[in-house]
Amino acid sequence: MVTVLSKSSAVEIDAMGLTHKQMNARLREAVAGGAERIELYNVFGQKYIGTDLNRPVEIHIHGTPGGDLGSFMRGPRITVYGNAQDGTGNTMDDGLIVVHGHAGDITGLAARGGKIFIRDSVGYRTGIHMKAYGDRQPIVVVGGTAQDFLGEYMAGGILVVLGLDLAEDEAHRAHFIGTGMHGGVIYIRGKVNDYQLGKEVGMAPLSENDWTILRPLIEEYAAHFGGRAEEIIGRGGFSKLYALSLRPYGRLYAY
Amino acid sequence: MKTFVPPKFIVERNRDRCINCQVCVRQCTFGTHYYDPDYDEVLSREGNCVGCHRCAIFCPTGAITIRRNPLEYRENDNWRPEILEDIKRQAETGGMLLTGMGCDKDQKIYWDHLVLNASQVTNPSIDPLREPMELTTYIGAKPERVEIDPNTKALKTRIAPQVELSIPVMFSAMSYGAVSLHVQESLARAASEFGTLWNTGEGGLHRRLYKYKDHTIVQVASGRFGVHPDYLDAGRIIEIKIGQGAKPGIGGHLPGEKVSADVARTRMIPTGTDALSPAPQHDIYSIEDLAQLVYALKEATNYEKPISVKIAAVHNSAAIASGMVRAGADMIVLDGLRGSTGAAPKVIRDNVGIPIELALAAADARLRQEGIRNRASLVVAGGIRKSSDVLKAIALGADAVYIATAALVALGCTICQQCPTGKCAWGICTSDPVLTKRINPEIGAERLYNLLRGWSLEIKDMLGGMGINSIESVRGNRLHLRGIGLNETELEILGVRHAGA
Repeated sequence: MVTVLSKSSAVEIDAMGLTHKQMNARLREAVAGGAERIELYNVFGQKYIGTDLNRPVEIHIHGTPGGDLGSFMRGPRITVYGNAQDGTGNTMDDGLIVVHGHAGDITGLAARGGKIFIRDSVGYRTGIHMKAYGDRQPIVVVGGTAQDFLGEYMAGGILVVLGLDLAEDEAHRAHFIGTGMHGGVIYIRGKVNDYQLGKEVGMAPLSENDWTILRPLIEEYAAHFGGRAEEIIGRGGFSKLYALSLRPYGRLYAY
Repeated sequence: MKTFVPPKFIVERNRDRCINCQVCVRQCTFGTHYYDPDYDEVLSREGNCVGCHRCAIFCPTGAITIRRNPLEYRENDNWRPEILEDIKRQAETGGMLLTGMGCDKDQKIYWDHLVLNASQVTNPSIDPLREPMELTTYIGAKPERVEIDPNTKALKTRIAPQVELSIPVMFSAMSYGAVSLHVQESLARAASEFGTLWNTGEGGLHRRLYKYKDHTIVQVASGRFGVHPDYLDAGRIIEIKIGQGAKPGIGGHLPGEKVSADVARTRMIPTGTDALSPAPQHDIYSIEDLAQLVYALKEATNYEKPISVKIAAVHNSAAIASGMVRAGADMIVLDGLRGSTGAAPKVIRDNVGIPIELALAAADARLRQEGIRNRASLVVAGGIRKSSDVLKAIALGADAVYIATAALVALGCTICQQCPTGKCAWGICTSDPVLTKRINPEIGAERLYNLLRGWSLEIKDMLGGMGINSIESVRGNRLHLRGIGLNETELEILGVRHAGA
């Protein structure tokens, strides 16, 4: 079922009827064989695509991948032509995931590097406990909106929620945004009421410096999914959410 | 605020012996001893003493004795001194009481109510000094049955990844940040030299310790600190930590002051921030989710390593153990009520979870009843103090045990429970670069190696006395145990008969 398209660089895999174990074995085999671009067809819920490949190979997924897409992933550049399920980019190390659709809960959980672009909306606890260190900076960009506990425990990285599906003056629906946040930054477009924020989070307008970070991410979003970055930016209503303290739970204990 | 909490200890300095050399002043990290230039004498502030005995051991003239302050309040079996002091401390701070190490309360220790058998007349005992004794233990899923090719005599059954231990004792998880790098290096070296495993805990693996990777269990916990492909590849076993005996059901956090530059690099978080470990892993809300993470890790490492799942022993841990095995775990770990920690709320440590002996017996029985006991190795932790505890655990059904407190005691720990302060005078539970030097990894490794050697000799001696030459024959062999002073229910859960019966 592995079809070599040209020399060894492009490979097609028909995932119909394959278990995740069989399919990921084929991916390892293809990457070991020097594949640089892999087209996966008929993907029906196979999990863990992109893990243990450790090379910047391009993977195009036609269908619906299963949970933990790109979990513990280092390197691959995955495009999904459809929706993704829960745990996309779970503890991801490096690489790229682009989803032309929605993604489920805990998108980007504990990611410590790499980029995730979701065209539409995401589920609960997106960007939970992402962390950055040195030059490692996980980035999650969501075109639509997110559910509750967005950026919970966030320790580092950049989380962008563009709210493109919100009507003018319509508020985001997520509550407890940034609960326990103690690092990183959330850029969110669209109305967010104070009561929707975790108590460890502050809200501020964007500075020039923030725009130098955010603008290229919006441009990259537009490049992946179409549309114009200037149009998105022109809609206005951007806020920055940040951790009020590096140590949100410093005064809980007696010794 | 004036504290109403009296000193816990009394420092007695024998003036005839004290030479005012100030060793005690330098050794104490809690500011108990000080030199007074006016009197030209070393004096003590007793309220600061935590009873760690560092000064008494290092005093060159043996001038210091630490005694418990008798605290002779009016007798009261209900309002005991500890309860009074806890209330006062909370009244003075408004915080949760934080403590270290394991539960120190007097819940029954079942090891002390179980005795082992020995051979007399009807079968011969074995002298382990002159006959071979086998303690080798393999961790990993075992097949239902093995098939051998009748012609070639080769094994046809595909065996899941196995890890060989020379003694069924491993070092339990203690993270870098909770304990010092020197402690971890002592554990890693001793494990490598003795042929067992040590466990990184959830704080990542320091670059200096990658060379011990063949003897390393790497942990993936809710904080996912320092978890990346190289880390997963380094592990001989990968352990998913769901819970810990000292603090079942709650998360933890390494306070910012312990997150030094080096700890930060290993955990991959900024220096000085609190390292928060959420209470649950938010990708695991069910057994099915657990299976998803077990297989995520198997996929991430190409099915080359056993995956372990560790939980705290709680009321229904036998049923959960079944779920863990069915979720694909190759090793399951139960950590009991007495399991230790670098920091936990005292109220949790002392009141949540069940004794490991009962959890072990129940889980082993449950897995046998369901016919899935072979699918995972069963490891227990939390309260293994000596070699007889190890052997009793194995007779109750464990494949191996984890030790942590015993290992720290081997390195000098006196269980003074000051771990969360980061001021450990023994240089164990600290990331202070000066205190860390109090443990020399070479000597630390030697002390730990010696402990394992001593236990291994003792286990062989006990086995020999039972007329058994392989640890495998004792595994789950509860007929070799008898209970003393246990009631019907306890005996039934443990699956042992009372002594005399």
